[in-house]
Amino acid sequence: MGSIALLARLVKASLGGQARYPASALMLTLGQFLGTGIEVIAVWALFHRFGEVQGWRLGEVALFYGLVNCMFAVADALGRGFDTLGTEFLRTGAFDRLLLRPRPVALQLMGHDFRISRAGRLLQGGLVLAFATVQADIGWTPAAVGIALFALAGGVALFLGILVLQGTLSFWTVESLEIANVLTYGGVQAAQYPLALYAQWFRRVLTFIVPLACVAYYPALAILGKPDPLGAPAWVGMASPLAGFVFLAAAFGAWRIGLRHYASTGS
Amino acid sequence: MTPMPVRELVRPYVAAFASRFLQMLQYRTAALAGFGTQCWWGGIKVMVLAAFYGGASMAGTPMSLAQAITYSWLSQGLLVLVPWLGDPEVAQAVRTGAVAYDRLRPVDAYALWFVRSAGWIAARALPRVALMAVFAAVALPLAGLGDWAWQPPASLAAAIAFLASAVLALLLSTAMVMLLNIATVAALNERGINALAGPVVIVFSGNLLPLVLLPDAWQAALLMQPFAGVVDIPARLYFGLMSGPHALAGLGLQCFWIAVLVALGHAAMDRTMRRLEVQGG
Repeated sequence: MGSIALLARLVKASLGGQARYPASALMLTLGQFLGTGIEVIAVWALFHRFGEVQGWRLGEVALFYGLVNCMFAVADALGRGFDTLGTEFLRTGAFDRLLLRPRPVALQLMGHDFRISRAGRLLQGGLVLAFATVQADIGWTPAAVGIALFALAGGVALFLGILVLQGTLSFWTVESLEIANVLTYGGVQAAQYPLALYAQWFRRVLTFIVPLACVAYYPALAILGKPDPLGAPAWVGMASPLAGFVFLAAAFGAWRIGLRHYASTGS
Repeated sequence: MTPMPVRELVRPYVAAFASRFLQMLQYRTAALAGFGTQCWWGGIKVMVLAAFYGGASMAGTPMSLAQAITYSWLSQGLLVLVPWLGDPEVAQAVRTGAVAYDRLRPVDAYALWFVRSAGWIAARALPRVALMAVFAAVALPLAGLGDWAWQPPASLAAAIAFLASAVLALLLSTAMVMLLNIATVAALNERGINALAGPVVIVFSGNLLPLVLLPDAWQAALLMQPFAGVVDIPARLYFGLMSGPHALAGLGLQCFWIAVLVALGHAAMDRTMRRLEVQGG
């Protein structure tokens, strides 16, 4: 069986398992929908009170917000296995079982726990995108759709890369460190506002170290047809999502080093 | 039965509070990790608020930028006061059946869980708020970011009112956590309850945004609802936005909600415990 088919099979099995507890799955999905939706209230209330922020309007910020939440929802569903690697696999010794199977470990982890509830965040992000379309009058030309899909793919790769790094770290710490939430949930939080609002050092971090701006800010500018107040040329948004894939490749590089370092806990 | 002296009566509760408090203080890595996350979070909030304030005319804003920034650090420092999770120890006791032991102890079950949960919250809140104060009130100005710093309270009276209000906030938060605990006992599982409680509490406590920045039309209702007493009322007292008789009214409102929620929790607990079927062994 090919890798893609295997991943599909694993995801299907995981979803099937969760569907056996429909009430729980529904409640957790609803919780995700509401829990991620409260940030919408903050954004809306700030615009309601202040009108605009440095020339950005609510509809435009809604585009950043929707894109970034859709990306993270997909990556979070795929990367759950890396997130819980320390507590569920390394500490229990269950990781040895994965190593014995003649299939890529990363693939097995991606299919391990594909959470239905992440659909709550995806739905919320989608609704905000629809709102942004109406509010900011976005014309979804084929080019704009292409940029959006490319940005989404790059963003999923970037967030997955962050989760892979979190998993890699747990080869050394043997527990899942919550500090990684700074980059996952905190990354969503940071990327849902225009990059131009932040201090310069923070903009550099978000562009060159954890390239969240490359998968959200620059492509969204290209979709809006808005010139960058910071002066980046217009083509940047069409190429910058590549940075997400580069980040993922680098994360898997680190992952292989971690894997070589792994010694079973022996239980 | 001869009446016991008060000291004897409260002794088990004080002991339960102290042991849980000291136990939770041991988790230093967790406190540091939480602190790191909260600095990042607070930093983003501060930059976003500064950007919004930067463009707008100050006339329509009920809170200055410096106050809004201090509010962000304060609410990040007091994050664990926000009652979005039931006490995990209670959830575990329900799952393992250890809740049966609590039923056998010759003390009031509600009061025992209340003081334990209060110890759990207080021991996580104190180190975090102290670290946050050092970071935002001392380190940031030293690093040349004085504009982003945590400002001192408006006056000595404001500081005293804030401290009193913070203690009430702890009691209020514990009363809310108790309701979550009891719901956990009734449902035998905490995940769904925690997932639904979180969003409501985060918005209405003022943790998400200072309540005064929400639309003006909602202000009266926002101030009266019980969650305001967890973060927003202490913060208003800190800034002197409520002073004199208004400060007393704020503290009174907190006391009112504590009394209501404790009474509600007590009744709900009696009811739930009568129906409880212990599953573990």
